[in-house]
Amino acid sequence: MALFHLSSALRRPASKLVRFSSSLRRTLSSLVVLETGPPAPYSVLTAASKVGGPITVLLAGSKASAAAVEVAKVDGVSKVLTASSAEYDHSLPEKLAPLIAENVKGGSYTHVFASASAFGKNVLPRAAALLDVQQISDITAVESEDTFVRPIYAGNVIATVKSKDPIKLITVRTSAFPNPATSGNSAPIEDAVDPAVNSQTAFVSEELTKTERPDLGSAKRVISGGRGLKDKESFDKIIYPLADALGAAVGASRAAVDSGFADNSLQVGQTGKVVAPDLYVAVGISGAIQHLAGMKDSKTIVAINKDADAPIFEIADVGLVADLFDAVPELTGKIKN
Amino acid sequence: MPPRLNIVVPVKRVIDFAIKPRINASKNAIETNGVKFSLNPFCEIAVEEAVRLRESSKDLVESITLVSAGSAKAQDTLRSGLALGADKATLIEIPAIDDSKSLELEPLAVAKLLKAFVKKSNANLVIMGKQAIDDDSNQTGQMLAGLLNWSQATNASKVTVDEASGVVTVSREVDGGTETLSAPLPLVITTDLRLNTPRYTKLQDIMKAKKKKTEKVSPEDLGVDISSRLEILSLSEPPKRTGGGKVDSVDALIGKLKELGAI
Repeated sequence: MALFHLSSALRRPASKLVRFSSSLRRTLSSLVVLETGPPAPYSVLTAASKVGGPITVLLAGSKASAAAVEVAKVDGVSKVLTASSAEYDHSLPEKLAPLIAENVKGGSYTHVFASASAFGKNVLPRAAALLDVQQISDITAVESEDTFVRPIYAGNVIATVKSKDPIKLITVRTSAFPNPATSGNSAPIEDAVDPAVNSQTAFVSEELTKTERPDLGSAKRVISGGRGLKDKESFDKIIYPLADALGAAVGASRAAVDSGFADNSLQVGQTGKVVAPDLYVAVGISGAIQHLAGMKDSKTIVAINKDADAPIFEIADVGLVADLFDAVPELTGKIKN
Repeated sequence: MPPRLNIVVPVKRVIDFAIKPRINASKNAIETNGVKFSLNPFCEIAVEEAVRLRESSKDLVESITLVSAGSAKAQDTLRSGLALGADKATLIEIPAIDDSKSLELEPLAVAKLLKAFVKKSNANLVIMGKQAIDDDSNQTGQMLAGLLNWSQATNASKVTVDEASGVVTVSREVDGGTETLSAPLPLVITTDLRLNTPRYTKLQDIMKAKKKKTEKVSPEDLGVDISSRLEILSLSEPPKRTGGGKVDSVDALIGKLKELGAI
């Protein structure tokens, strides 16, 4: 087994990148499946670049061609494949997984990446089953071409796992990788192999929360509210003005979501979104382990809570023990000025 | 007349959600001795949903079968699912490696076992949790649907079955909000926390569950290779965050944030 050095791999041209697998010499090559709806999580490309070898991006749906033009400009992208068919709109896995599997079989990819978003989580495991591969979910680091780091048990344990599969299918925690640079790359755009699989699953409708605020998953600042807000009216009155003053996205604890204070899609935690902004402000949130799983990699954590013993204070960089109904409006006012 | 629902609900025995896992001395597994285990919360929601489908219409559901793949101890997990109202249960028993533990199955192996079981039991609907709270993989349902070539509806927050047509409509939790799909049977649904609140089991339900039929099969009976594709090289604790202390006023809070360069 040849030793694989990540740093040298990144510098060397891809054609020289070889490893021994069983008795075969294989060239590393990644396929990255991206969503066509904005915002495309380009940081998945950064994770793929850590493996080494050329990166091909696969885009599917009626917006694929337009999205391809943008993705082709991103540094490190070698080629973009498009399946420009409205059949792939709404990313139904019954159609998308066979598309991925077909292109993997036809190519010489050693790795397939997608974001660990609702999209990647839905589609990639189905493709992995079709390819008879044990997928690796939600990685936060690439150790080598076959070894990856991922959190388990709600982020309480970090596992380093090595894959024995010939092809690695991986979903990426996008908050753990920076966005790649875009500096005048112009990768070629080609048609993907389109198996045009039929499916009886039908998209009916969607109800997306409309907001002018930054996207929760990628925002630099997040203000989250919990049970301490007491009702939806207070949540709206207290949390949103502070978020606006800071240009922040709004998040919520499960307790707040379950009580109807905020929309489900705003939930931060093990079963909701995992965020790692520069600033995370937890208002009226006690800090259950399931919530901490979704935000404890934030750079600076602020907690405002009237219970001085709340577990959130054990991890907060700055804690204010105060009644949030007084403290937050005061904070909002002072930040505005 | 569309077929009645033969529902299979796969369930997993996991370390209780309120317990902080401890890593063993050799840093390659989680301590399980003396640790409280429970039914995975998402699996509990799946059982509850199957039972509610039956309660919603007398003729809709033919049977609700639980299945778990794991050590003999997973019997307890199946019992708690039976107490919630499932009819019968099967344990796919994974032999012990040594006295204390058996092989930790990976999602692909579980999906293959479930595929064989679902075919054997003539099921037309699988309802299962979206993820297990131990490995946090969120893969098994999608893999099962792929292997069976069935429709899938993951992260379900609402499930409606049209009795006349047999078409299932599912609302799903997605990143920006909710999405609604419809598909005829057969179908795999995975549950989000929002789908329902599982009932409390009463003592009489627990007593009744003891009389329900349970059977055991082996992976060999199902003709499935369960060997691992991933090797856990090591487990570690995440870097510890230590709180930076408390301040006593909003002004001090703002001062500290400026000092940290956060605003």
